[in-house]
Amino acid sequence: MDISLFINSIYIISALLFIAGLKMMTSPSTARSGNMISASGMLIAILTTLLEQGIIDYKWIFLGIIIGSIIGVFASRMIQMTEMPEMVAIFNGFGGIASLMVAWAALYPELTDFDINNGYLVGSSNTLLMATIIMSILIGGITFSGSLIAYCKLSEKIPGKAYLIPGQRFISSCIVLALLIFSYRFIFGIATNSTDFIAVIVLALMLGIILVIPIGGADMPVVISLLNSFSGLAACSVGFVLDNNLLIVAGSLVGASGLILTKIMCKAMNRSLANVIFSSFGSVSQTTSKIQGKVKQVNIEETYLMLEAASSVVIIPGYGMAVAQAQHVVQELTVLLEKNDCDVKFAIHPVAGRMPGHMNVLLAEGNVPYEKLVEMDDINGQMSLIDIAIIIGANDVVNPAAINDESSPIFGMPIINVQDAGTVIVLKRSMASGFSGIENELFYGENTQMLFGDAKTTINDLVAEFKS
Amino acid sequence: MEIILTSFVFILSLLLGFELINKIPATLHTPLMSGTNAISGITIVGAIISSGSGEQTASVILGTAAVVFATINVVGGYMVTDRMLNMLKKKPRTAE
Repeated sequence: MDISLFINSIYIISALLFIAGLKMMTSPSTARSGNMISASGMLIAILTTLLEQGIIDYKWIFLGIIIGSIIGVFASRMIQMTEMPEMVAIFNGFGGIASLMVAWAALYPELTDFDINNGYLVGSSNTLLMATIIMSILIGGITFSGSLIAYCKLSEKIPGKAYLIPGQRFISSCIVLALLIFSYRFIFGIATNSTDFIAVIVLALMLGIILVIPIGGADMPVVISLLNSFSGLAACSVGFVLDNNLLIVAGSLVGASGLILTKIMCKAMNRSLANVIFSSFGSVSQTTSKIQGKVKQVNIEETYLMLEAASSVVIIPGYGMAVAQAQHVVQELTVLLEKNDCDVKFAIHPVAGRMPGHMNVLLAEGNVPYEKLVEMDDINGQMSLIDIAIIIGANDVVNPAAINDESSPIFGMPIINVQDAGTVIVLKRSMASGFSGIENELFYGENTQMLFGDAKTTINDLVAEFKS
Repeated sequence: MEIILTSFVFILSLLLGFELINKIPATLHTPLMSGTNAISGITIVGAIISSGSGEQTASVILGTAAVVFATINVVGGYMVTDRMLNMLKKKPRTAE
């Protein structure tokens, strides 16, 4: 049998396994097997590719796979669940750079005249192929540099706050214009040396940086989702370069997934994608009117007495819970409350944390059963029946200004209506405003009690009170 | 006409992707992202071919580097997803 026919038949099976794997991700009970099925699709794709006739030298392939596997195994074992956003961000970047390199490598066999010493390049007459290569370089480059910046911001290697770069739009527009010119020259063979090609790579990398640098931490769920989509689309466009349907199918599945997550995140913040990328939300200090009311403070013992009397409690976790690593003690408290005949639920806002589903994974690590997690829309209707709402390190997602203050920058964003609960207890380190820099009138509310301190220590003390 | 065929495949798989992913619950969004990280490592297929082509040094170097990055994605992505899903599957240890 023709070897390439065989390889392509296996690729079809591999694509089907990816699809089946994703389908099984629709339920937590089958998700793990789905992941295995997807992985087996990848394994047979890799093994089959090794049969490709064009391969004459295996040593570099195996060296690459061994190095990559060691790093991959190490990274996946060492990573803390709180660090998942960083890991996904850097992996998006790796996908982007790998696609960029494959497209770049595909260029060389096509060149009609090539001399590596002089860097002299005469473009191929295959315009369509050159266009797909440039496309892959663009998407891959933006994904790589953008993801690196996102990674640095998430891991606090550079400050995670939003920056307002003067003339950001002007600079980005210039880069885009230059990219168009150089790409045009390259695709249509006007370029006479490799400068144009290198310029496209450098400009794509610059564009990724300048697009992500101004975006602040609270908008990271949107950025990571979008870059996730881009890493898939990069693989997809490499599929066009190599005429490989498997790359196209797998890449577009990832592209679609990232786009849907991006859409969900934008909707949960009531903002458009353009607004997230171009507005540097929260970088300007807000001049909101001073909120009337007094902040009421409680101590551990008072909180304990309130919780002991409560029959229903809703916990609203936010990024602060991840920072304090409080997920395990939260579960301990949950168990004690339930022993005390109290119904405990967790209300999860879609953009709580730094990536889609961040809170769910953290609570799962803390052994909180996922049946206890409810989504925003489901809990809001019954909030008035809840005795106590405990807010752990969340701020903007529970700010009533989103409902009743039209001048607020977050007006219109769907929130968890904790102000309707009997009592609201806010665990917070200080009165500092949330990520967006907006004052939260909830803290001054009639039924709000503030419990200051590190979330983990505070909950530990509460647990101790319950046990004594 | 080749490009029309591949575009056809692209559009259909994109639509299939939208249908599939829309049904995935919020609880699984983080594993979904790391799992798709791994899938985007499919570019390893192209990387392997360049890395083993053995003709032009530049292609081999770029291909091998791409194999490294793509393998990190594939191996790291699937393993960390498995770790997470294992936690999600774990049965509750509540008060009894």
